Amino acid sequence: MSGRVLVGVKRVIDYAVKIRVKPDNSSVVTDGVKHSMNPFCEIAVEEAVKMKEKKFIKEVVVVSCGPQQAQETIRTALAMGADRGIHVDVTGKDYDNLGPLQVSKIMAALAKKEEAQLVILGKQAIDDDCNQTGQMTAALLDWPQGTFASEVTLEGDKMKVVREIDGGLETIKINTPAVITADLRLNTPRYATLPNIMKAKKKKIDKVKPADLGVDITSRLEVLRVDEPPHREAGVKLETVADLVDKLKEAGTI
Amino acid sequence: MANPLRGQVIKLYKTLLYLGREYPQGAAYFRGRLKSAFMKNKDVEDPEKIQKLVARGDFVIKELEALYFLRKYRAMKKRKDQSIQHKCLSSNDAV
Repeated sequence: MSGRVLVGVKRVIDYAVKIRVKPDNSSVVTDGVKHSMNPFCEIAVEEAVKMKEKKFIKEVVVVSCGPQQAQETIRTALAMGADRGIHVDVTGKDYDNLGPLQVSKIMAALAKKEEAQLVILGKQAIDDDCNQTGQMTAALLDWPQGTFASEVTLEGDKMKVVREIDGGLETIKINTPAVITADLRLNTPRYATLPNIMKAKKKKIDKVKPADLGVDITSRLEVLRVDEPPHREAGVKLETVADLVDKLKEAGTI
Repeated sequence: MANPLRGQVIKLYKTLLYLGREYPQGAAYFRGRLKSAFMKNKDVEDPEKIQKLVARGDFVIKELEALYFLRKYRAMKKRKDQSIQHKCLSSNDAV
């Protein structure tokens, strides 16, 4: 066992930013918009760092796919306590078409190359809300998967994962190597402090191209249209209960 | 001037300034408040009092980190609940 954990992090538009759609409905406006690490990826990094602090594993390697700015996201993860970064350089048109399948191919290739014992990812990104990368990575590697993890415990070469499912929790035991995807309640990510960000600048980030990993990142999907969600219509004030009953009958709810 | 606590105070100021960049009411608002809070105590000379003020600053750091975390957590949870609600509504329509 190598004791190495691979963590995927994605650079997304900050959760607090109001998203605007481009006038031609091709995609959303990203220029000059604040970006940060996907919150679920933060949880994934935190879990890996915690495992390292408990000495269950030896090294935390963070991976991000994207243009040059993806390195900022890797730096944040390094400041949180990861050891080393890998920046998979994807730019321009390739980046626009980069989807879960392409990323999972890259993750699978890297997991093999780095001989990772575990891959931890966020359950989904808050920009495309796909919730597919972890599952696809597990499938491509033919590894067991523990998705929507709210608690993870290592037990020798096995692993106990408590999963968040509709209306409750499910506990499963899986073999390692495995793929874990982090849900919201797995842990509380630490804040990357200023001194740690400075220290993180000394940590190493390798730069690779998808082609170096032998991964084909052509997309089979085409985005037809991006629209804003429908606006909520204003409500009306009614004088009496009878009016309300009439309105409800009109709407066909009673 | 060369107070041995000077470094600590500057470090505290820098950390708070850094944290303030994400403040809900804006970095400029936070910076103004931060500066006035530090300026208010600029004449404090007693090392014990300075220590106490630095400890209060550290407490504020913890509070800010907790605030940011909660804000993010709530936003994520709200989105999740909304998407569940949305799903329920659309499945009701199907029925």
